[in-house]
Amino acid sequence: MAEAALAKAEPASPERRDRGVLRAVLAEPKVVFGGSFILLLIAVALSAPMIAPHDPLEQDLMSGTLPPHGFAGASPDFLFGTDDLGRDVLSRLIFGSRIALTVAFVAASLAALLGTLLGLLAGYFGKMTDIVVSRLIEIWMAFPPVLLSILVVAIMGSGVGSVIAAIAIIDWTRFARVVRAETMAQAQADYVTAARTLGFGRMTILFREILPNVAPLLLGLVTLEMGIAVIVEAILSFVGLSVSSDTPTWGGMIAQGRQIIYQAWWVFALPLVALFATVLAFNQLGDGLRRALDPVMQR
Amino acid sequence: MTAPLLAISHLGAVSGRGIGVPILRDVSLEIAHGETHGLVGESGAGKSTIAKAVLGILPHGIRLTKGRIELAGRDLLSLDARARRELLGAEVALIPQDPLTALNPGRRIETQLTDGLILWRGQAFKEARRRMLALLEEVQIREPERVMRAYPHELSGGMRQRVLIAAAFGLEPKLVIADEPTTALDVTVQKQILRLIRAMQARHGTGVVFVTHDLGVVAQICDRATLLYMGKVMEQGRVATLLEAPRHPYTQALMAACPRYDRPGQGLEPVPASVFATCRAEIAAFDRAEAGHG
Repeated sequence: MAEAALAKAEPASPERRDRGVLRAVLAEPKVVFGGSFILLLIAVALSAPMIAPHDPLEQDLMSGTLPPHGFAGASPDFLFGTDDLGRDVLSRLIFGSRIALTVAFVAASLAALLGTLLGLLAGYFGKMTDIVVSRLIEIWMAFPPVLLSILVVAIMGSGVGSVIAAIAIIDWTRFARVVRAETMAQAQADYVTAARTLGFGRMTILFREILPNVAPLLLGLVTLEMGIAVIVEAILSFVGLSVSSDTPTWGGMIAQGRQIIYQAWWVFALPLVALFATVLAFNQLGDGLRRALDPVMQR
Repeated sequence: MTAPLLAISHLGAVSGRGIGVPILRDVSLEIAHGETHGLVGESGAGKSTIAKAVLGILPHGIRLTKGRIELAGRDLLSLDARARRELLGAEVALIPQDPLTALNPGRRIETQLTDGLILWRGQAFKEARRRMLALLEEVQIREPERVMRAYPHELSGGMRQRVLIAAAFGLEPKLVIADEPTTALDVTVQKQILRLIRAMQARHGTGVVFVTHDLGVVAQICDRATLLYMGKVMEQGRVATLLEAPRHPYTQALMAACPRYDRPGQGLEPVPASVFATCRAEIAAFDRAEAGHG
């Protein structure tokens, strides 16, 4: 108690504050769980050629549909078994994480960039800008997202670039809506008036004064979006619209495993588990960040 | 005779569309260089509207219908937005009402305090920071170095108001508009802040418009004052005269409504209905005359 009273009279040292935020973030179990899983996954994706026991494309028809370790007929060479073409499931999972993470980070960042920009403009300038952006969001959200993404990829041609573009083009609304509302609230604050009386231009106020106060909100949102991007990429791979079939992806493995699910359930189940764990980790991390950075919940 | 620092003449404002509801009724006032001028009135009297009109930050829905605002002889209302911003940014500063929301919570004090000097004086950050550090010392902040690197939420209300005062004087403006700067603070802190504004004003030779509803505050720090009721000037003049010998019944009634520590038995009289009636009749007569002209 005495310490709290002192802290009010004397400004806390900034170093302590910075460390305080970090500590608050790390004290959130969801951040620790989600974050460490994502970090592990990044390490796996980066070092894929070194840690993968086999070439993910190497076929060996003599050892097709071998079950994972612990099941009857398993081979010590293939920890997670093989698919019907005799390709190592573990290696394919490891290489599949590269596409999943690339799409997650790039697509979520692009969607955030586009959505934040439009949300800031709509929230601050109001009037026609707001009407145009808001109607655009409403129209956008009326489209079924999966079908829309399939359409985008079909028009642009398959490939990682198309998948990323499809996600960014569809999911910017998530950011635009939240950022618009928050910008409207921040624009009412006295510090914005103070900046106006000082003579700052509107763009300066928007990007230097308002954006930093919207940023903590964005961090959680981007992380959640990464989870969504992983799923969308898997869906597009599943329907064969993502990368070419010689690049292993989780969605592609699920599609392939579905056809042989009665002979080799693991080809279907294991990438599903990888997908599930990754999305869960992103969601937990995003949720934890949001909680830890929320000034109301900090108190 | 040189032009007064701020000259507002026959300013009228309405809210809403069309003819609208009158917010300011033919307000005229002059503020000399280095003068502290109180704008006094109850809520809705239009005192803040005057301040905002000068600063060009009137809220949506309120617009000026007539009148002039001159800053050192330059007509503010005829300037285009950019020229006006340049003039106001460097020469007029605001001490806001609520120190708790007037600082950007997401930026360190040092970056916020140096904005003005970098923007209008073209100073480098380091140079601007040195200058503001000196000002923080001037507003009696202990450990200014630490305050500089802090975020607003780490500072108490009184401390933040001091920071804002330092910020207001940073560009050596000719005019500082203080919009009820003590309303959101504890009584004990209020007095320090008032003294501080007075001291800074005297040292820098700045003109101050002091918006308040507190006649006690006016008595303490203002040279002259304008008393408003429903957007109309009721009485104007030197504070000493105004408080010693109030002429208008509204002023007299407000004086009677102030708590008197020297005479605890008296004071705190509510403003009698008859006084409001007199004020309203005056305003109605004015509105009729206006309508007749227009």
